[in-house]
Amino acid sequence: MSEATTPSAPAEAKDALPEVKNTRLRDAILYPILAVFTALVIGAILILVTDKAVVNAWLNFFDDPAGALRLTAQTVGKAYGAMFNGALNIGGIIQGIGAMLRGEGTQQLAIALVPLSESLTQSVPYIFAGLAVAFAFQGGLFNIGGEGQMLVGALCSVYVGFKVTGMPWFIHLPLAMMAGIAGGAIWAGIVGALKAYTGAHEVINSIMMNWIAIILSSWLLKVGGPLARPDVPVTPPVLDTAWIPRLFDTPGNRFHAGFFLALFVVWLVWWILYKSTLGFQIRMVGANPKAARYSGINVKRLWIAIMAISGSLAGTAGMVQTLAVDRWVGVGFSAGMGFDAIALALLGRNHPVGVLLAALLFGTLKNGATRMQSVAQIPVDIITIVIALVIVFIAAPEIIRAIYRLPKASVEEGPVFTKGWGS
Amino acid sequence: MAATTAPIASIGSYAARRERRKAIAYGVFFLLVALAIFFFFVRNSAPGMESTFKLNPTTKEKVIQLGDLVLPTYQTLLVLATVVGLLGLYQIMRGFKRVVLVLGLVALLFVFAFLVWAVRDKSINLLGILTFTVAAATPIAFGAMSGVMCERSGVVNIAIEGMMLTGAMVAVIVASISGNLWLGLAGAVLISGLLGVFLAILAIHFRVDQIIAGTAINIFALGITSFISQRFMQPNPALNSGGVFSKVAIPGLSQIPIIGPVFFNQSPIVYILFLTIIAIHFMLFYTRWGLRTRAVGEHPSAADTLGVNVFKIRYVNVIIGGMIAGVGGAYFTIGSVGRFDEAITAGKGFIGLAAMIFGRWNPFGAYGASLIFGFSDALQARLQVLGKTQVPIPSEWLLILPYLVTMIVLAGVVGKTVAPAADGKPYTKD
Repeated sequence: MSEATTPSAPAEAKDALPEVKNTRLRDAILYPILAVFTALVIGAILILVTDKAVVNAWLNFFDDPAGALRLTAQTVGKAYGAMFNGALNIGGIIQGIGAMLRGEGTQQLAIALVPLSESLTQSVPYIFAGLAVAFAFQGGLFNIGGEGQMLVGALCSVYVGFKVTGMPWFIHLPLAMMAGIAGGAIWAGIVGALKAYTGAHEVINSIMMNWIAIILSSWLLKVGGPLARPDVPVTPPVLDTAWIPRLFDTPGNRFHAGFFLALFVVWLVWWILYKSTLGFQIRMVGANPKAARYSGINVKRLWIAIMAISGSLAGTAGMVQTLAVDRWVGVGFSAGMGFDAIALALLGRNHPVGVLLAALLFGTLKNGATRMQSVAQIPVDIITIVIALVIVFIAAPEIIRAIYRLPKASVEEGPVFTKGWGS
Repeated sequence: MAATTAPIASIGSYAARRERRKAIAYGVFFLLVALAIFFFFVRNSAPGMESTFKLNPTTKEKVIQLGDLVLPTYQTLLVLATVVGLLGLYQIMRGFKRVVLVLGLVALLFVFAFLVWAVRDKSINLLGILTFTVAAATPIAFGAMSGVMCERSGVVNIAIEGMMLTGAMVAVIVASISGNLWLGLAGAVLISGLLGVFLAILAIHFRVDQIIAGTAINIFALGITSFISQRFMQPNPALNSGGVFSKVAIPGLSQIPIIGPVFFNQSPIVYILFLTIIAIHFMLFYTRWGLRTRAVGEHPSAADTLGVNVFKIRYVNVIIGGMIAGVGGAYFTIGSVGRFDEAITAGKGFIGLAAMIFGRWNPFGAYGASLIFGFSDALQARLQVLGKTQVPIPSEWLLILPYLVTMIVLAGVVGKTVAPAADGKPYTKD
């Protein structure tokens, strides 16, 4: 918060301030880490109790206790090991560096870097989607519609991407990007406008807009549909003039310039929220809409703006994924990412940097889970479960406090969204 | 005095002017509907066409047979357009007292006009549509009842979707293993009740924001059902074939024309729904527990002062709400298709929530709203059968209808809705 907006605190409160701040920082770091750790432990337990061999070993525990324990450790180790290697491949990278130092060229290192780059690549849409939810949270709105907004953003950008021809890249690419951003903004802006002018709760309306987007997309993308190819249920490929460039030419490495766009947007959202008048108003509306209204802020207009900006961020998530990674759109595009984004925002305490870190973690987990599925036959949905548990632990810190016997936090605050359903 | 009364008078006339403008807006809307019927339907049909509505069940049951309802398409549409137009004119000139009811009537007439036009020179089994409506409304209504139970006691339950999804999966697994559909149903009720416990602990004990708690449960349900489905049900299809409750005709009642086959020749789960609706209505408005539930939902601290155990009431209501959602979930699998697919509930839990709001937190109102949503489902399924030349609208557009209707309802176009005053507010005992 900037100096100008902080009211000068009384003298004794000033003395107490550093201590409060310290526990807050500790909570902001410690709780998310413990939440993710605990969720992963429960995920491991779930893997174990759904594994026939492990369950059998434990049923005959007294015949062979060491064997049961070994099998347990092996199963978890295999699953999470595959996840870890599939996501980071640290061993491979070290070998690659070794090869490079021995003068064997950079080829081995480049291949070893593919999993890590893929983790970063998978983080990119998470960063945007997480920012979308966090931004709305800051304004006191719950944007649960990231799913639909991403889909609309992707569809808009892919349409401009393959339909507009004969343009140089420096016109075509921005055009396709703007289309995706605008699509997401409009999709969410409708929800914001409905809230502002009729009082309809944004949560149900965003969910309805999600389903409308999904049904529309299944119509647009079905074989022979308006946006699809005549033979397969996907859109034609985006023309290379609208590609967001990938930065490496190693096969399988999809790391792209969108990552840096994401970092820039993290800074931009931080600047808007904490350094601009608009951001101050947004946070004020989020903290207390009534007080904001009495201080002369047009809350209704701001609600629409908050949703539209949030939607444009989610639309960007879909747009970047389309123009940089997939370069076409098929049915089932966003696959739950709009919901994962809620966990990201909570995990990052609605702060852009926190969201960035959480998104890097989730991108890594998701990428690793794909490998885990192929190596250890554990469905990737385990990550969805872990994400749900993370939300629970962040939203109810008492659970974490009880498990790890932590002292009570000095400041209890959480956003409140449950305020009646509609007009 | 004069200085203070003048602005009040002007405010009064301002309010009156606003009322008047709103009334005219309704009238103009009715006129637009009349024009829409004329331009889209009347002009696309010709004199001599006939629309046939069959009123007898296709299955061989003993009911009193009725003749087919055969309407001259063109003339019927013309009459409908005129009636709606006249309603609009009257609304503009004089104004109806209860305009919301007229709005409902206009919507009904429009849908009827659409049907008459869609089946021009063809026939459609109206009874089939209505039967399907009741079936499609069933899971939505269970969701709505779950919502009524929870929200009347002041706990928002947006986890209905997740509870239904989990219930749907557990029902089919238990039914497949045990070979007994009723055990499957019990399993669904049990697991959804457990999720209800979970929601109650988060929302009541930990005072987590109820929408976040519900969202977490929804995501968890999506994850765990997909996980189990992939890990166990796909490699082992025997786990995913629980069978389906067969329809049971209630003797006597099922022989009433139209109403009989529509309401009283259905799956047992539909009858459970009817009983649930009546039970909740009775419980809420005629028992001590219901009075306390409503008191806790409206003003928990007042109820607490009078010795009502707020936490106990909320816990019990939320858990029962979860169990009701479970029955609705079971309907998706062992009530209709007999197998579980990932995300099979497709947002019906949320539509149930909308039905609850539309029905103003009343069991019967919520069931009426569920029937409207069910009807749009049924319409979509039937019109797809009629074919493209008959109805040149992509069937997906009709699939959007329930979601669109939900948004319109929430926007308050159909009148104001007032939630229980303490809905969503965690209670702290001081």
